Amino acid sequence: MTDGEVRQEDAQPQDPQSQDPRAEDAGTPPASGSSAAPAPPSAPRAGRLPADLVGLGRRTLAASETWTLLALVILVVFFTVKAPGKFFTLTDFSLMGQDAAWLLVMAVGETFVILTAGIDLSVGSVLVLAGVVADLFCLHHGGAGAGWGTIAIGSLLGLGTGLGWGAMQGFLVAKAKVQPLIVTLAGFYAAGEGVSYLITNGADLRTVPNRLVNTIGLGSVVGIPWLIVISFAIAIVGGLVLAYTRFGRYTYAIGSNPEAARRAGIPVDRHLIKIYALAGLLAGVGGILSLASFDSTTIAGHSFDNLEVITAVVLGGASLFGGRGTMLGTVIGLAISTVLVEGLVIIGENIYWQQVAIGAVLVAAVYLDQLRRRQRGGSRARWAGLQLRRFGGPRPDSGRAAGGHIAQEE
Amino acid sequence: MTEPVLEARGVTKHYGHVLALDSADFSALPGEVVALIGDNGAGKSTLVKTLVGAIRPDSGEILVDGAPVQLSSPVDARRHGIEAVYQDLALAPDLDSAANLYLGREIYLVPFLHVLNRRAMRERAVTAFAGLGIQLPDVRSPVGTLSGGQRQSVAVARAVIFASRIIFMDEPTAALGVVQRGRVLDTIRRVRDRGVSVVLVSHNMPEVLAVADRVEVLRMGRRVATYSAAQTSVDELVGAMTGALELSNGAGRREAP
Repeated sequence: MTDGEVRQEDAQPQDPQSQDPRAEDAGTPPASGSSAAPAPPSAPRAGRLPADLVGLGRRTLAASETWTLLALVILVVFFTVKAPGKFFTLTDFSLMGQDAAWLLVMAVGETFVILTAGIDLSVGSVLVLAGVVADLFCLHHGGAGAGWGTIAIGSLLGLGTGLGWGAMQGFLVAKAKVQPLIVTLAGFYAAGEGVSYLITNGADLRTVPNRLVNTIGLGSVVGIPWLIVISFAIAIVGGLVLAYTRFGRYTYAIGSNPEAARRAGIPVDRHLIKIYALAGLLAGVGGILSLASFDSTTIAGHSFDNLEVITAVVLGGASLFGGRGTMLGTVIGLAISTVLVEGLVIIGENIYWQQVAIGAVLVAAVYLDQLRRRQRGGSRARWAGLQLRRFGGPRPDSGRAAGGHIAQEE
Repeated sequence: MTEPVLEARGVTKHYGHVLALDSADFSALPGEVVALIGDNGAGKSTLVKTLVGAIRPDSGEILVDGAPVQLSSPVDARRHGIEAVYQDLALAPDLDSAANLYLGREIYLVPFLHVLNRRAMRERAVTAFAGLGIQLPDVRSPVGTLSGGQRQSVAVARAVIFASRIIFMDEPTAALGVVQRGRVLDTIRRVRDRGVSVVLVSHNMPEVLAVADRVEVLRMGRRVATYSAAQTSVDELVGAMTGALELSNGAGRREAP
């Protein structure tokens, strides 16, 4: 352990900057395993291998995922020791995966949003609204006995609702320039407490097509619950898009320096609308998963989803100031909060400690984000200085500089 | 006589009641370094912005290789081979230098899905930096972790690899130390030697005389003089900038614009 600590301290002053996950290694696909992923591009050139390995090692040590993963392992070990034979079991992990399925799907969307230095507080409410819309259609076309065709159309309506709601929020953020916090807080109330209650008169719809519940909600494919298959598939695709495509790169660029992105010819507004629409769409997917899982629209059951999802993303190393974060980090972050909650239940702590624990973890995660920022304070401050001197903007020092040179020459 | 690669004729721009450009002219010949100088408020930045497509003039003409063009955005200007190095550099600090170099002009592995060819971009970045004599520790480091001079190099390299006609540099050395200034000036010469024109906006007269082939002077929104750098002096330039020269001996050695 001491060895590890020493290495940690060594790694930081050497290379404090690469603490930040760069776009390169960004969304290493969650499933492909973190250890081997960044290597392939440089592997064939055998001559440079040692240097590459050293670099890889340093990057791994410096990557925030390494440390969040360590925290996750410590939590798992802790609960396994506290509740032997109960916690560290396949059943339990499967249950946790299913419990967190819609949170994971929404966390994928939230990661994109937070990377642009935005925030989406509306996710849980959009989930509920999408579930209500989907179930309402099924209710009028067969109810519990509805066929797959009905379920498909209902689900598409639900996804469309999420997409549309998200796009509307994106439009307000990008074009009307209303702060994301306000837009999505309003969206949180309007979609959750407002429209969903208006449609249902405040009572949950409890008739969900049996086929949907028995398959997506309770069923498995090759032994893996559908909920886990779907949510992880979405996380993997999301991670690949983030790390390897133009869409992902523009997301980082906009979160990093929107003005630079604009000048590079990136359609910033359109990209932001797409991202909020994506977050809404994924909340819609979460709505279908939740509907299938609970056999009910659970209108009042998702008020804290936004906090849980944001906690996962920030805990995973994403910066609330945009530009930094990875999908792998988000998956680990969500695993930490899920394990924490599940573990507290298993070791028999009062269930209400969950909420306290989540709140504490969120604050801790944001504090860590601030610390990371301060570490880079020097370079950030220089950036801020450069930003002030815009092309054609006020240049307090330029007159003096010219005068100085003239004086020199005379 | 050679045709200018880029020329402004009678460009006028108002900001409210302020007349920033008053029928200003400007021209840059192929493969030369032109310094654009003028006192604060002379209209340099406004003129540059109109020439890189950042703002549209109220009236006047912009010509590329002698043909009138409409530059309605920086992207438009880039299509004509016109690049700019902004004073704030306009880099994304969280992206590495290769990503910044190709920001908005990515190279794809699978064009249909917009999958990036990160390796190709990285390798070309390394080649581009080497070609300009720029040394970076690692093209994978986020630009925000580089020194001011290195960031400057990234911004310059970005303009250089894509510019086919002309590069505007707004006070490229203002934030740099002595050694780095020298490097930037070397880079400017190297770019010119490749046949790409450079417009240098600067307040530093010795620097202007060291690197420029020609100097155009703006005063109160108009071009008041152009000089061959080899045949002028700091005193003369300052005189033209402030208007003192015109008071004492008129247009002096002013060349026909």
